[in-house]
Amino acid sequence: MKSRKMNSNTLLLLITIGLFVVMYAVGCIIYGNKGFSHFQTFLNLLITNSGLLCVAAGMTCVMLTGGIDISVGGLIAMDCMFLAVGIDRWGWNSILLCVLVLVIGVVFGAAIGFLVGYLEIQPFIVTMAGMFFTRGMTAVICTDQVSISSGWFRDIASIKIYMPFNIGAYTNSKGVLQVPYIRVHVVIALIVLVVIFLMLRYTKFGRSLYAVGGNEVSATMMGLDVKKTKLKAYMLSSFLCSIGGICYCMNTLTGSVQQATGLEMDAISSAVIGGTLLTGGVGNVIGSFFGVLINGTISTLVKTNGKLLSSWSNIAVAALLCFFIVLQSIFALLKERRK
Amino acid sequence: MSNIRKLTSKRLFLPIFCMILVMMVNIVYDVANGNFALSFFTISIRNGVLYGRLIDVLNRGSEVAILAIGMTLVVSSSAGTDISVGSVMSLSACMCCMLLAGYGVSSTSELAVPLIVGILGGLVVAVVCGCFNGFLVAYLGVQPMVATLILYSAARAIGLLLCNNLIVYVRNDAYKFFGGYLGIIPTPIVIAAICIAVMALLLKRTALGLYVQSVGINKKASRIAGLNSSRIILICFAISGLCAGIAGIVSSSRIYSADSNNIGLNYEMDAILGVALGGNSLGGGKFSLAGSIIGAYTIQAITTTLYALGVSTSVAPVFKAIIVIIIVAIQAPPFKAYLRQRSAKKASLAKGVQ
Repeated sequence: MKSRKMNSNTLLLLITIGLFVVMYAVGCIIYGNKGFSHFQTFLNLLITNSGLLCVAAGMTCVMLTGGIDISVGGLIAMDCMFLAVGIDRWGWNSILLCVLVLVIGVVFGAAIGFLVGYLEIQPFIVTMAGMFFTRGMTAVICTDQVSISSGWFRDIASIKIYMPFNIGAYTNSKGVLQVPYIRVHVVIALIVLVVIFLMLRYTKFGRSLYAVGGNEVSATMMGLDVKKTKLKAYMLSSFLCSIGGICYCMNTLTGSVQQATGLEMDAISSAVIGGTLLTGGVGNVIGSFFGVLINGTISTLVKTNGKLLSSWSNIAVAALLCFFIVLQSIFALLKERRK
Repeated sequence: MSNIRKLTSKRLFLPIFCMILVMMVNIVYDVANGNFALSFFTISIRNGVLYGRLIDVLNRGSEVAILAIGMTLVVSSSAGTDISVGSVMSLSACMCCMLLAGYGVSSTSELAVPLIVGILGGLVVAVVCGCFNGFLVAYLGVQPMVATLILYSAARAIGLLLCNNLIVYVRNDAYKFFGGYLGIIPTPIVIAAICIAVMALLLKRTALGLYVQSVGINKKASRIAGLNSSRIILICFAISGLCAGIAGIVSSSRIYSADSNNIGLNYEMDAILGVALGGNSLGGGKFSLAGSIIGAYTIQAITTTLYALGVSTSVAPVFKAIIVIIIVAIQAPPFKAYLRQRSAKKASLAKGVQ
């Protein structure tokens, strides 16, 4: 029985990875002449989605406990605005601001975690209120669109890390050798992913996240502090989201009220597409990583086409999400029937 | 003391209490500014139509009140919320305006099809959306919030496609009527009143309300008792979709256009808030339609008051978020248990002193 259960979950993950490969291959074939097949296009996926990668990692942790966190988009907007206004208008130190952003994230997460864990309010309602709170606070900080025009933060963000040994390098139409590169925030995001992956697999806290999501009652009976675990999960999610906010800000270098709208949707759909069960207890960060890549590929495909309206990428992601949700529930129904 | 407890335990206590609180804030604000103390309640006739802040609250609150009807049923039957209503509002408005103006036309004063076809088109799309949500929830067992998340993001995008990425204007008097005036009364108030009356009648004359509550309290037991639980949940979501459709058309008729990105923005929050404020448990089961309606208008009164106090549109959500958290925290079982424990301790202490 156990091996079978493993099969259905690995199957979901394999479907996801397969889907990504097929989608990317199709993109390479159709839009090869528009530069889609260059290695840099793949790296650009990572560069534009580095913030989302961190957020999706946090979202996975929360969803493992059976919860959900839709305040992430608002939190990222608030972080970006805080960084942008802090650096550009107030002239504060970049490092201090980054630390402050992380602290705000942890405190915000603790408040949400307390309401969800200890007061047993539905996570959706709490984080929805959190979303409106953070969006509103973004407007309180500043209602303009602020861009970071100078300073240490911008210098770090504009560093290009070139691929060693000219992997995937090509000469462009002018005959100049183009070496693919990534940016600092990609490195940060990848480190976050690896750390979270190891944490979920090998630490006590990581295992207790799975236990709480799998069955709260039996987790309690095993002697786990369910409430505390939930509190920690939301703190972790908001903390990772704040790191994501810094990455996001490094990519866009602006702060605006409308920034990162619908990012919570992208993060949730990435996690779900990556095989994280909405009911909790099943999932891992590798799946979410591929979920983010699929999300990114869809929007890149729509952009590369040039003729399609941008809303098509929204619809495609929603359709995929719907497909995976239906797939999950069919698996769940089958499992129940087999019992 | 026991009288107070009896009063606070009444279902409609919370919404009415909040409503009175908001009115008090208004009165204090008016007095502080040297206005007539009861200017919140003054209704006058200007330019041949009713005018006043109370009328404004009733008028602007129509959409939230209509949404709250559907949301109440969804919350009661499925213990979840329908967060797609705002987006479905926008989709239904887009469908309606697209039909009325013709595809790809951005501005028109002549209707391409009879008005009723446009309206029905908008409503049908909304009901289909509701049924889609309901199907996922009732037959596939997806959590309501997650199931409705799909349309939450997709419906607006589909609306944009229908309108060919344009803001479609329908500058036609027949269409403007729904957001305009019926005699001296704003039409949205009348539409909301009709919706509420129909729903109240439906709940009173049929067993629908009873069925919904019983499914909400225990889905399995209701099925064993002979109710088709899944179908009832589906019906609730369909009604919620229909309500969103009506609200969407009213909302777009006010500005005689379909602005896919802005119609119904954040309305799902107001509707859920209205239901919670109405003393309904977000955990499903028993519900009170009257509570939800009062709750919805209270939310609108809060919004109007915030604007009157000079809070900007983009900052207002902060206050609403704080209000939601306070309301749900008060309703949360652990908090109630904590209060009970404390009062029991106090009572035993008092006994010890005597």
